[in-house]
Amino acid sequence: MPLFDRKDKSRYASFTRRTLMLSGAMSGIFAVLGGRLYDLQILNGKEYMVDAENNRISQRFVFPPRGRILDRFGTELATNRRNYRAVIVSEQASQGVETAIDSVGKIIQLDSDRKAKVLHDISVNKKFAQVPIAENLSWEEFARINMHLPYLPGVQTDVGETRAYPYGAEMSHLLGYVAAANQKDVEKDNDPLLAQPGFRLGKGGIEKQFDAEMRGQAGASRVEVNAYGRVIRELSAVPSAAGKDVWLTIDCQLQRYAEERLADESAACVVMDVETGDVLALVSTPGYDPNLFNVGITNNVWQDLLHNDHKPLINKVLRGAYPPGSTFKTAMALAAMENGLADLQVHCSGSMTLGNHEFHCWAWKKGGHGGVDLHRGIAVSCDIFFYEVARRLGIDKMEAAARALGLGEPTGIEMPGEVGGCMPGAAWKLARFGVPWQPGDSLSAGIGQGYVLATPLQLCQMVARIASGKTVTPRLVHQVGSVLQPRVLPEDLPFSQESLDAVRQGMTAVCEPGGTGFAWRITQPGFEMAGKTGTAQVRVITKAERQSGVKTDSQLTWNLRDNGLFVGFAPVGNPRYACACIVEHNAAPHPQVAATRDILLFAQQRDPARKPTAYPIRAAENPPPREG
Amino acid sequence: MPLRPYAAAHGHISVADKLYEINWGLVLLITIIAGVGVAMLYSVAGGSWDPWASKQAIKFVFGFAIMIVVAMVDIRVWLNIAYPFYAVSLLLLLGVELMGMAHLGAQRWLSLGPLELQPSEPMKIAIILALAKFLHGQSVEDVSTPLKLLVPLIMIGLPAALVAIQPNLGTTIIIALDGCALLFLAGLSWWWIIPTFGVVAAAVPVAWRFVLHDYQKARVLTFLNPESDALGAGWNITQAKIAVGSGGAAGKGFLQGTQSRLNFLPEKQTDFIWTNFAEEFGFVGCIAMLILFGVVLGYGVQIAMSARSQFGRLVAMGVTLNFFFYIMINGLMVMGLIPVVGIPMPLISYGGTALLAVMFGFGLLLSVHVHRQVEIPRHSTGII
Repeated sequence: MPLFDRKDKSRYASFTRRTLMLSGAMSGIFAVLGGRLYDLQILNGKEYMVDAENNRISQRFVFPPRGRILDRFGTELATNRRNYRAVIVSEQASQGVETAIDSVGKIIQLDSDRKAKVLHDISVNKKFAQVPIAENLSWEEFARINMHLPYLPGVQTDVGETRAYPYGAEMSHLLGYVAAANQKDVEKDNDPLLAQPGFRLGKGGIEKQFDAEMRGQAGASRVEVNAYGRVIRELSAVPSAAGKDVWLTIDCQLQRYAEERLADESAACVVMDVETGDVLALVSTPGYDPNLFNVGITNNVWQDLLHNDHKPLINKVLRGAYPPGSTFKTAMALAAMENGLADLQVHCSGSMTLGNHEFHCWAWKKGGHGGVDLHRGIAVSCDIFFYEVARRLGIDKMEAAARALGLGEPTGIEMPGEVGGCMPGAAWKLARFGVPWQPGDSLSAGIGQGYVLATPLQLCQMVARIASGKTVTPRLVHQVGSVLQPRVLPEDLPFSQESLDAVRQGMTAVCEPGGTGFAWRITQPGFEMAGKTGTAQVRVITKAERQSGVKTDSQLTWNLRDNGLFVGFAPVGNPRYACACIVEHNAAPHPQVAATRDILLFAQQRDPARKPTAYPIRAAENPPPREG
Repeated sequence: MPLRPYAAAHGHISVADKLYEINWGLVLLITIIAGVGVAMLYSVAGGSWDPWASKQAIKFVFGFAIMIVVAMVDIRVWLNIAYPFYAVSLLLLLGVELMGMAHLGAQRWLSLGPLELQPSEPMKIAIILALAKFLHGQSVEDVSTPLKLLVPLIMIGLPAALVAIQPNLGTTIIIALDGCALLFLAGLSWWWIIPTFGVVAAAVPVAWRFVLHDYQKARVLTFLNPESDALGAGWNITQAKIAVGSGGAAGKGFLQGTQSRLNFLPEKQTDFIWTNFAEEFGFVGCIAMLILFGVVLGYGVQIAMSARSQFGRLVAMGVTLNFFFYIMINGLMVMGLIPVVGIPMPLISYGGTALLAVMFGFGLLLSVHVHRQVEIPRHSTGII
């Protein structure tokens, strides 16, 4: 066999041909590669450059520090403190998020609710987003997690800021709270901060009212991030502008004292400076701990708050409209003085008849009060006297006097959600119920029952006006940032000095022998108070109950008992402090009078109205506009 | 110094002559490309020799030595050991099936003491050698004879099947392409080629239904519509395209590629390293690189055409095409033109076994060149 033959030659020719064909094919593929590079890099290079930059650069909001809330002496009522957090980035949790969370749970306390919430948050967030595992850690817990960090893939720690309320529930209704924005908030407000996870919005009280001022301006930080969202470096930054501080007229000590005094009750109490209208204390009990809302309140606690029959979520001072009961008689006494009934003498036998209806005095069992004039009528709170006043005045004059004292419309305090109560009139009733006003309606209104409703704040304003003789209105905020809050300077009331004196003397007699508040008077000389008691029936004890042994109010179940009210001012000779207090469904006799006594005594001894304030701007340096 | 024709034809070449005959231009090109690869590994590690660049450089030095040694070995020695080499590679592949350890969800690695070996890499060389040897003994007519065609088909089919069940789709494709290309070059009749294309086209739906793994199907589906799952499985394709495209005309500059440095690129040191190169050196750099690759391929074709033995020609084209298939599949896949199959960019991607296999292949190419004058009769068994 020869070494090489024709067959070799033919296959060499075939090889060469086919090699050239394959070379052509290779060139074709290279042309495709080159063409694709041209397409991606030259034709669409700019778009992909933008994509790459979007990948790389993340615009982050820098939260502005929220403005503080301070009392008149500069005590911080709401402030910010460092928030030590542990967060998880699910994409980096190489051993799974559950393992990571369980591992953290071995280092710090994490209950099953919290774990479930974290897992839920992870499921709704992007893979590279930081989801908080635990917030507001103690320094020790924070340090422990940091120490274990190398063994906790996906877990990171950081330090943010969180709202802090040093006095917790004592200030809850006054200050409100902050919480994450909900869908409605985001729709109403186009500030991009609201959409940021971790941002907190004012949700009640001062926090809500002055949210815009305290929020500040978001800063921006352009950072380079890697694919896991970790910040590599900061490229540029626009600093945030801090929110403004809000200075309240509140006296922290008095506020705390009043809250403590009423903590066990379902109650509301306001203390005002009768000259300036400065609100020194504004208490609604029970409260809640506003600090709980920062992190996200657990459902159990929320349900408890929601269904508690003492209504801890409602600020009773300005959202609770109650029948003012006998406290309303102060307004009626003024109306009587102003309308020629100064010398009215009424014989109280315990009841009176109007038409075919019999009206009782509260003292009907004792056979009535006998002969009663205006002074004694206030002191012993004689219903028959004020029925007679109401019968003679008619609703129009009654309404005019009550409205001059600020009843029937909101006081305009710088708080959200205030209600205006109700000061009825003939036209009002016709419009509301389609029924004409009856003389009997006037009688009920004369003792603060029937259609009359007032908030504790309105009652405080009423008594402050009586005490000062001026149209003082409650004022809660002195300045926001460097701006003094405008206010209306009080004018004289449309009542004569003589009328006002007569009513004040009647109120003084309430706390003198024979008066309804004598047992709870202030005995310290120079600090005596004047006032007016009130009891508002929630429900009449029925005949059946009477027969089955229920004779007094205290035997009824809690929420059916009467509300106890008291309005007062002190000291009697030279009034400076006005106080209105209501205790719902009280069992003991007049706990609200005892509380008011203690609070007014504390207020006078401490005398916050005369102490130099710590406001950065004095009212005198920047006189507010006078209205009218 | 020209070779003495008679001596060269019989393989009597001195060591000095062999060194002189080595195609140093090609060696330089290979070194430049591998140098670019090391530079890229330095770049994707964020400007650090660790963890890839230094290791790759050392492996390249080792591979360089292998390449030179292989180039010096007489072409007939390779003819002689082609079948045993193939047999050993096949056994290693079987071994990885039997006692291979799990790696990346697929059985691809074999632990031999301290060494970890991917037997599919030597198989790419072995299939070229073994097929070249078999086809060396076949005339053009023989190649297309059904019975004689069965042998090379089995030789291709066995390793391809073993690699496919690992599963390693990319290497399966490379082995099949290498084998088919050699059959084509050996003169396989068009009467076989054209109907086969038809059958393959018909088999695609069947393979989709019964053969492909879910993750392989997912790759195809996300390739077809990467934006459907831009944060999930489509992430790789989307981010790779962004990396390449954002390089623009001139690139962002060495070490300035943000996509890889910030970990947006997947597998940035292996399969997707080309995207980092494209991002940092832009269109100009990429075209320059393609030209370098093209010149290497041109050298390969020229060496194949100038070899006097059919074995040498087939080995040279086999190695050249193997190198080309790597570039083609990797280039097309990282630029989003074909679905992602795990194929690295040769000489550039990180990976020791793959690098050594490629260098070994170039050694063979150089050996063909050095021994281009050696005449080997068609019926020779190859024994010197």
